Amino acid sequence: MLSPDDLTAIWITIKLAFISTLLLLLLGTPLAWWLARSNSALRPLVNALVALPLVLPPTVLGFYLLIALGPKGPIGATLIQFGGSSLAFTFTGLVIGSVIYSLPFVVQPLRDAFGRIGNEPLEAAATLRAGPTDRFLTIVMPLAWPGYLTAAVLGFAHTVGEFGVVLMIGGNIPGATQVLSVSIYEHVERLEYGQAHVLSAILLVASFALLLAVYVLNRRARVRFL
Amino acid sequence: MTIAVDIAASAGDFQLQAKFAMPGPGISAIFGPSGAGKTTLLRALAGLQHATGNIQIGDSVWLNANLNLPVHEREVGFVFQHANLFSHLSVRGNLAYAYSRATSGNHRVTMDQAIELLALKDLLERDTAKLSGGERQRIAIARALLSSPKLLLLDEPLAALDQNRKNEILTLLKRLHIELDMPILYVSHALGEIARIADQLLLLNDGKITASGPIQEMLTRLDLPLSRDIAGGGIINAEIVKIDHDYALTHVKFSGGMLMLPGELGRIGQTLRLQILARDVSLSLKKATATSILNILPATVVAIEADTSAQSIVRLDIGDVPLLARITRKSADELQLQPGLALYAQVKTVALVG
Repeated sequence: MLSPDDLTAIWITIKLAFISTLLLLLLGTPLAWWLARSNSALRPLVNALVALPLVLPPTVLGFYLLIALGPKGPIGATLIQFGGSSLAFTFTGLVIGSVIYSLPFVVQPLRDAFGRIGNEPLEAAATLRAGPTDRFLTIVMPLAWPGYLTAAVLGFAHTVGEFGVVLMIGGNIPGATQVLSVSIYEHVERLEYGQAHVLSAILLVASFALLLAVYVLNRRARVRFL
Repeated sequence: MTIAVDIAASAGDFQLQAKFAMPGPGISAIFGPSGAGKTTLLRALAGLQHATGNIQIGDSVWLNANLNLPVHEREVGFVFQHANLFSHLSVRGNLAYAYSRATSGNHRVTMDQAIELLALKDLLERDTAKLSGGERQRIAIARALLSSPKLLLLDEPLAALDQNRKNEILTLLKRLHIELDMPILYVSHALGEIARIADQLLLLNDGKITASGPIQEMLTRLDLPLSRDIAGGGIINAEIVKIDHDYALTHVKFSGGMLMLPGELGRIGQTLRLQILARDVSLSLKKATATSILNILPATVVAIEADTSAQSIVRLDIGDVPLLARITRKSADELQLQPGLALYAQVKTVALVG
């Protein structure tokens, strides 16, 4: 029922979402922490930049990324100069595009979770001799755990579901950059409705299951940790 | 161990400029109206609020011109107004958090000791979200103790509690300071609380320490507003010398003489902390004989000041213990009260405060 190309597309999609989510959590944590705690005048600017992918058509973002990462773009050209290759139409390019496109879905839940913690537990921990790293690991992370869960799942699901950015920057190269959403589009164009149905159903069910899990876990997260 | 503080801090428009010393172990209370800077002072001591100047705690320096230790490097215990327990940990988890981070090899308080002192045995496995205000505050105090601080700071820890809980925790605090020999700085705007537990009193007003000294002295100084407070009056530390079972009276002795208190209040040899409020003392030139008042003590007038248009406040010495009497201005004139005059203080009520 699923062609080898379809299976590859599913595998690439999962790999892309997994790597992107991991990177997003790593990058999103310091960024969200800064947004939640800083009084800097730059904060509104950074907040707006992070939220931009929410309102921008994915094709616009994809277009600029294609320009930047392509052989003549600032990033692509630099890479070529140093013996690398352009990132347009590569898996790495897809990861970069996904990370930028899904950034608000990870940063915003984390920022809100960090904000909700407030100063009080952190001050209490400091007076109990917990240093900054200790405080982050033993107070912030456990208290922000529902935020991390939401961020991870939204980041993952959103990456799985993206289409415009992927198409612009990754193209549609089976085995390299062809992901599930693009593959569905291709099946429909070729009037292969049966295969489009199967892939769409997989995506629908998996997304729903994932979101359901978040809501159930988030409710349970109120129960104490240890 | 002495504690010497001379710091400046600002919060918004507010300026704090506090200089004081604490003689080491004992409870020092910081008293002042809201907005006087009590919390700012405590936060500056802990390092939670930026300050400049000097903080010297025994042989360790927390702050001087070249050094500003971060909060987690100051060996301080802080009990916040609203407990600030960690909601993701159980009661035991909260205590263990403090204990495991106490300066290594320097546990002045053990888990068992803290649990016993603050009566937490039955709460250990509880969820912090399901505790009463009094329970939360007891846990917060135990948690602060378990970090083995060199100085324990309490920021109005009883403000949110009802009277019974307050009494219970005040008794515990008193016991803990006697058993642990730990200097305590206690912020409050309730003079009644302070009269019960403090040894020293620092008066904070508008960001400045306006007066400080032993509690007996501070509560009876006519130049301070405390002497006019409804909870103002002399504090006496007296020793139980006799229990009269027939009349159910406790006889106590102090440098100024003997007092009798209703009830059997302890065992012989035990020290009681008593307070005699200014309004409960009347004065007489001759020792009254046929009277229902049990406690009549020889006293010397030290100073007299008008309180209201109708009343005067008189500072007395009874032995070496200062006491206040609030009488009408008319009586003061008729008795021709003046400094140096010897007379008798008739004490209507003696309150046991600790």
